[in-house]
Amino acid sequence: MIQAIAFYLFATMMITSGAVTILARNPVHSVLWLILAFFNAAGLMVLAGAEFIAMLLIIVYVGAVAVLFLFVVMMLNIDFAEMRAGFIRNAPLGVVLGVVLFVELFVGILVRSAGDLAIGNAASVSAVPAGLSNTAAIGALLYTHYLFEFEAAGMILLVAMIGAIVLTHRQRSDVRGQNVSKQVARRPEEATINVKPEIGKGVSL
Amino acid sequence: MIGIGHYVVVSAIMFVLGVLGIFLNRKNVIIILMAIELILLSVNLNLVAFSAYLHDLVGQIFAMFVLTVAAGEAAIGLAILVIYFRDRGTIAVDDVNRMKG
Repeated sequence: MIQAIAFYLFATMMITSGAVTILARNPVHSVLWLILAFFNAAGLMVLAGAEFIAMLLIIVYVGAVAVLFLFVVMMLNIDFAEMRAGFIRNAPLGVVLGVVLFVELFVGILVRSAGDLAIGNAASVSAVPAGLSNTAAIGALLYTHYLFEFEAAGMILLVAMIGAIVLTHRQRSDVRGQNVSKQVARRPEEATINVKPEIGKGVSL
Repeated sequence: MIGIGHYVVVSAIMFVLGVLGIFLNRKNVIIILMAIELILLSVNLNLVAFSAYLHDLVGQIFAMFVLTVAAGEAAIGLAILVIYFRDRGTIAVDDVNRMKG
């Protein structure tokens, strides 16, 4: 009973905040609603028994991706009223497509509830081991069977990081930077001169 | 009681909301990126739900990889957005054709 209440709470909150995310006028509000949607999705995953993915969702999405969105939205100075111009014009096509997509998905779910297609037997290749916590079980599977995929994921993140830096880095000509090698190569002899002027005379440099 | 069907319906609704978001906000590329995140979130929810249903951990492993790709995609997308804005002073993308080769 309490699980059902929690499920419906998380599900309605997630769908509502997802809808507000795509409808909000101000993109900053959109990002905040997106964060709420991620939190509720994490709640749904905890209900399904996947604590590790739920925590990962909060750390990666809320902690990194949503904050990245927030920074970009706040950094760019954009006239958001002008951005809304095509909203009404695009609405009919979008709504029709959304309805068609949803009806198709829903029909698929209904048909499936009548019985499985006999495509294959879902033999659990990596069944949940008994007596291990969710995180330990994922670790035991990820670092053995899926080690190369895990390293490939690391490579994807590395490429994404290098790509983002290369794309956004720029050499600015209007600011004076520090030339470290020039500073280090400078010697006292060429930087200073020792003069002994007569009293009352100036010094010409 | 709550079963796999409930989870599948919820993630179907989230997926449709994401697709709808792309179509409704054709001009605002930030909202489009957020709608793509919603789509990937619904996929993750589906993977985790079926992982729990089949008592098979592979779904959760796959959800992790989807999460990785989503994070990389957001970073690259926002980087492209930033240089586009620096270049043009706007992020209206309904007439983007400058990146044609």
